[in-house]
Amino acid sequence: MRKLKLLFSGLLFASLLQAQESFPVNGVADKRDGCYAFTNATIVKDAQTTIANATLVIRDGKILALGAGVAIPKDATVIDCKNKFIYPSFIDIYSDYGITAPQRAQGGFNFGGPAQLTSNTKGAYGWNQAVHPEVDAVRQFVVDDSKAKGLRDLGFGTVLTHVKDGIARGTGAVVSLANEKENLVIIKEKASAHYSLSKGTSSQSYPGSIMGSIALLRQTYMDAQWYKNKPAKEGVNLSLQAWNDNQGLPQFFDADDKWNDVRADRIGDEFGVQYIIKGGGNEYQRIKEIAATKATYVIGLNFPQAMDVEDPNDARAVSLGDMKHWELAPTNPAALEKANIPFCLTVSDLRDQKSFLTNLRKAIEMGLTETKALEALTKTPATLLGVYDKVGSLETGKQANFIITSGPVFAATTNILHNWVAGEKYGIKEDAWSEVKGNYTLTINTVAGPVKYALDVKNASTANVIGKDTLTGKFTHDGKMVKLSFSPIAARRPQAPVGGGTPGGPGAGGFGGGGRGGFGGGAAATQYRLSGVSNGNYWSGTGEDTAGNKLTWSAKLDSVYLAANTDSTQRRRAGNQRLAKVTYPFDGYGWEEAPKQESILIKNATVWTNEKEGKLENTDVLLKDGKIAKVGKGISADGAKVIDGTGKHVTAGIIDEHSHIAAASINEGGQSVTSEVRIADNLNPEDINIYRQLSGGVTSSHILHGSANTIGGQTQLIKLRWGANDEDLKFKGSDGFIKFALGENVKRTTATQGNNRFPDTRMGVAEVLNDAFARAKDYEKAIKLDPKTRRDLELDALVEILNKKRFITCHSYVQSEITAALRVGDKYGFTFNTFTHILEGYKVADKMKAHGSSASTFSDWFYYKVEVTDAIAYNAAIMQKVGLNVCINSDDAEMARRLNQEAGKIVRYGGVSEEEALKMVTLNPAKALHVDNKVGSIKVGKDADVVVWSENPLSIYAKSEKTIVDGIVYWDREKDLEQRKKIQAERFRLTQKMIGEKRTGGPGAVRPAEPSWQILLSCGDHEHEDGLYTVELHEGESKDK
Amino acid sequence: MKRLFYTISSLVLLCASAQAQESVYPAKEYKGKLYITNGTVHVGNGTVLENATVEVNNGKIVKVGSGIAVPADDVKVFDAKGKHVYPGLILPNSDLGLTEIGSGVRASNDNVEIGDFNTNVRSITAYNADSRVINILKGNGILLSSVAPEGGIISGSSSVVQLDAWNWEDAAYKMDAGIHLTMPSFIQRFGRRGGGGFPGGFPGLGGAPVDPAKQALDRVEAIKNFFREAKAYLQESNHANTNLKLEAAKGLFDKKQKLFVHGDQVKQMLIAVDFVKEFGFDVVIVGGSESYQIADLLKANNIAVILGEEHSLPATEDDDIDQPFKTPAALQKAGVLFALNDNSANTRYRNLSYNAGTAATYGLTKEEALSAITLNAAKILGVDDRTGSLEVGKDANIIVSEGDILDMKSSTIIMAFIQGRKVSLENKQTQLYDRYKTKYGIK
Repeated sequence: MRKLKLLFSGLLFASLLQAQESFPVNGVADKRDGCYAFTNATIVKDAQTTIANATLVIRDGKILALGAGVAIPKDATVIDCKNKFIYPSFIDIYSDYGITAPQRAQGGFNFGGPAQLTSNTKGAYGWNQAVHPEVDAVRQFVVDDSKAKGLRDLGFGTVLTHVKDGIARGTGAVVSLANEKENLVIIKEKASAHYSLSKGTSSQSYPGSIMGSIALLRQTYMDAQWYKNKPAKEGVNLSLQAWNDNQGLPQFFDADDKWNDVRADRIGDEFGVQYIIKGGGNEYQRIKEIAATKATYVIGLNFPQAMDVEDPNDARAVSLGDMKHWELAPTNPAALEKANIPFCLTVSDLRDQKSFLTNLRKAIEMGLTETKALEALTKTPATLLGVYDKVGSLETGKQANFIITSGPVFAATTNILHNWVAGEKYGIKEDAWSEVKGNYTLTINTVAGPVKYALDVKNASTANVIGKDTLTGKFTHDGKMVKLSFSPIAARRPQAPVGGGTPGGPGAGGFGGGGRGGFGGGAAATQYRLSGVSNGNYWSGTGEDTAGNKLTWSAKLDSVYLAANTDSTQRRRAGNQRLAKVTYPFDGYGWEEAPKQESILIKNATVWTNEKEGKLENTDVLLKDGKIAKVGKGISADGAKVIDGTGKHVTAGIIDEHSHIAAASINEGGQSVTSEVRIADNLNPEDINIYRQLSGGVTSSHILHGSANTIGGQTQLIKLRWGANDEDLKFKGSDGFIKFALGENVKRTTATQGNNRFPDTRMGVAEVLNDAFARAKDYEKAIKLDPKTRRDLELDALVEILNKKRFITCHSYVQSEITAALRVGDKYGFTFNTFTHILEGYKVADKMKAHGSSASTFSDWFYYKVEVTDAIAYNAAIMQKVGLNVCINSDDAEMARRLNQEAGKIVRYGGVSEEEALKMVTLNPAKALHVDNKVGSIKVGKDADVVVWSENPLSIYAKSEKTIVDGIVYWDREKDLEQRKKIQAERFRLTQKMIGEKRTGGPGAVRPAEPSWQILLSCGDHEHEDGLYTVELHEGESKDK
Repeated sequence: MKRLFYTISSLVLLCASAQAQESVYPAKEYKGKLYITNGTVHVGNGTVLENATVEVNNGKIVKVGSGIAVPADDVKVFDAKGKHVYPGLILPNSDLGLTEIGSGVRASNDNVEIGDFNTNVRSITAYNADSRVINILKGNGILLSSVAPEGGIISGSSSVVQLDAWNWEDAAYKMDAGIHLTMPSFIQRFGRRGGGGFPGGFPGLGGAPVDPAKQALDRVEAIKNFFREAKAYLQESNHANTNLKLEAAKGLFDKKQKLFVHGDQVKQMLIAVDFVKEFGFDVVIVGGSESYQIADLLKANNIAVILGEEHSLPATEDDDIDQPFKTPAALQKAGVLFALNDNSANTRYRNLSYNAGTAATYGLTKEEALSAITLNAAKILGVDDRTGSLEVGKDANIIVSEGDILDMKSSTIIMAFIQGRKVSLENKQTQLYDRYKTKYGIK
């Protein structure tokens, strides 16, 4: 018996499979035309076109005809779709359906472990393991019906699938979700090419940072171009070949965050590629920048779950930014629509993909139109993939990929009933095909003859039987089977207690809840227990009364309730909600409205000019049009905002020569020479430390690459324009710099499993420099001789140094390595512009002076590692007295708030004058960075980057009251106090809302509060003074949790 | 007349002929009287005496005030006119002498021992009185420190040392003053939830989420059990199996030692109250980042606080950006006994007085801020009967500075006395300074 059963189900399965021509048949041929006619339906052809009371005819997996009054072929199986809707099935453009997720090799990447300098991929492929454009999803694709079913249940019929791994990921294939042989479900073999910033399972050390990934992409574009000429020395490079082959396809970039979206788009711009960008769901936070990419987006609906913030100590750790994102994430699709940014929707980000439609409805409540939603799931993706001739709408000749729903597809009460893929039916919720809701005539064939009742079915578990009174019976309808029990005679009470009443209990006459509890007490009554089968509109079955009489019964549908049309009420509700404001940046201290440039007159202050005038008492400073307009006495306000500077001190803004804030990654330590990477590629303008440092009077910061390798990356000078985007953060018109590093870090002293990357000694460090510049010289010559020479971005940057177009800031500590570096510079004819850290600079100050270097150091650090055991607090004073341009820098997000005090220490250690000490954090770094013509002193014509201090700025008691950049007050101590109150109020509101969610949302409505970690990126050199919820990440560590 | 008179010209002291740190000798014991005259005397208890004199006899302070006659006798007199006189600063919790070079040199570090319950481990036994860091701290006015072991749950006992010594027995100022316990964290660890990500992720950190509070409470229960068993063990003197770990908890029950509980989070600190209530321990919080939120409760339970490095970033993104700076003022206002500390691994604790300076900028009076690095610290460490203020009967642990020591630009230390011994302010850094001034001919 059991055996037979198995055989039976096997046969059933086989019948679903269409026979493929070239395959032998086991048994009798069973080819069918698959001609169906779906009649009386509301057919939504595409987002714009809906046909009422129409017919859809399909044959052989294709749409034969559709419309009102379409002829029905004789051999068509007719399916009556009265009250049903038919839509084109959805397309997920960002899937890895049917692809086995790649696994990282055992052991994997370990930043403390040995470096893996070359690819582990065997074969004639490229040098980097994360760049594998040769991977074709179509070759790995295997039908996986359990996964397919999950997607079909949501209404999807087609996906673009690809291998989600690596930086260049290869091509994607468009496949249908039919449960057929792979050969028959592939719609387009190579439909797309995919890229990302994540190296995925690659165990190769390089790249180890976002900017490294960007540099690698940039270089690969150039290499591929070069490879087109088949350079003999490269041999066959299947990766570059594939890269070139893939360029004609739609190019997808998995960026996954608003800033990465913008970064990705810039890469594309450089090489004439417009990516389709997979966003991160936070695009609404920078919609202007997102719109400017002109890209089409792929957007997930992974809205963060509310957190359990009932415990105030847990709540405290959750940032306002994260709370706001919880509230506003569902507005993301609407924001994109409003900004006219084309987009597709994807299931791929969801932790629980079943929540897709629920979340989509949430997005609709928040303003996404249904038209746009449908387009984003049908036409837009189909068009992008060039398969709109096959899928994405209901038109004659297209694939018969459609869904049948019980109502408008995005309405909360609607069920997807069928999902037809290529003319094959996949039942989703067959049991709901017949709308159970409605008015029925129930006929019970009692021993006394038929008795009729009206049956009012509210839903699959609630129904009223209407005789003399309205009675609620015990009712279930699971689609096919029906059960009903009720008592036709009212209880003694005039109004029957319906459901839930406890016999003899209190609460006389009350209506019980739910109607599941049988009947109220009363006189012994006849009760019917009925059971039967639903045939759609007609139910029939058998039953028994309390007397034990057997009977039969039937019920017939009289009228149907229609699903309420969508959602205008819901949307109105959403419109009335108070929602968090998008601020710039998107955190507590962000601006609702950015501060504006003003004319400002600071009256009667002590002005530290840093010029030959020195310190001027009772002096006015006028700022106008972002510049210092006048310095002197008795300047008239002339409409300018006046700040009373009496008793206060005015200085030029502080310039931090060595900082690691405001970047998404800092260290690319994958190789000893990474001059191709650029901090500018990954600025992060939302780092809260920008704001905090403004409070310490900092106006410009030099964002340096870390010290993981001898020749690090290109640096970026920024102004602390809190609220600006990444591009506008840059200090425009400043010279390019690059970070070099010597000593312990670059020889990987702290590598936990030893070091295998050259160099391992300071001897080797010097040779890395020698070799790099020797190669750069040769390269420069080669390029001149033959313009077809492979462009090498690493060497380009070094050639810039040789040509004095790029300048070095070199991390260094001990005298031997400093001298060795100087001699390499001398040999190749370039200058080490600045030595940073330089704690033994005092030992070789004369040599540095002769070479022409600046020094940028700490005031009083020592003994945190071996190479600083000779560090002395008198270092800056000695170097200054020898005649070097000396700066005091932070290299520390905390200390950068107190650089004025660090300068004060130089007065104490070595007796430098106060004015000279202040220059070490203002004018001297401006000189070292070649921007002293723009900033660094209070001089007419220079940028209005100015600080108003409460007292002598070198004193520990001094506070910055106002910090002004370009004539814009970015820090105002009084306004900050107001902002704190706003933060508290908004936190309170959102906390209450999350608690509400917990109370009303039922179990699982909230997740445990997750601390919003503050990420500090560091050069990996020393400890920092972090807060409780701060995490410091070093080389190669991930910013993602 | 053998009266010795020292005018104060600090540079003369600093410019002494270059010597290696090995030739910076601990000062010899000084019997007899010495006077520090005419200075602005900051007593450490909030009092400031202008133009005052401190009289020291046999290493103890015998008089403080104005109008103290200096005898024309065999005494040392130090004129502090125009200068500021302070109690020697006390670093209330450090790894001084245990960790020589923080990073990359495991061999130089003796601060963390293996094991969870190391009650018996004693920091003093590893204290290196010749550490290069020590002499540099004296140059910043720090004359005493509590030296504590780290790691595990109970790390061991700390001792208070004075910073001018030949060896650890010589240095010991109060031996085994406290036992150190690190309170389990109630915060979900970073990266605990995820896995994957760019570019390497944290291998091994993914996996099932744990409830950090539950985990912490389990560990707290284990700690309490340890103390319960210790209490029982100590009731009986005759044991078949001697247990050094349990035995070493005796001082806590006898109140001869304090329990220093390291923790920053509100819940960590509230749990510490259990150790007061159940075991009657004297509890001191070390860290206390969030202590300002429960200042009244700390006060009510008589729990003192040694704050962590004040020059820290705010704990959360939304916190007031100057919160760490103003936390001391909140504790002061609530009447909590607290001390300030400098934990900075980069500057090796030399900036203790500037931590106090920042506290003064953000709400403390200057004298309150001074107390937080002198008398309060002495009280918390249980050595206020001997040091922490310039009061009669206490050890002559004194520093003299050019100006306000809380403000960097005026804080040059020109003299220091430990137990009346005038200690050398020379150190490796002053020696190298001297050496290279010579090279370049700089004055």
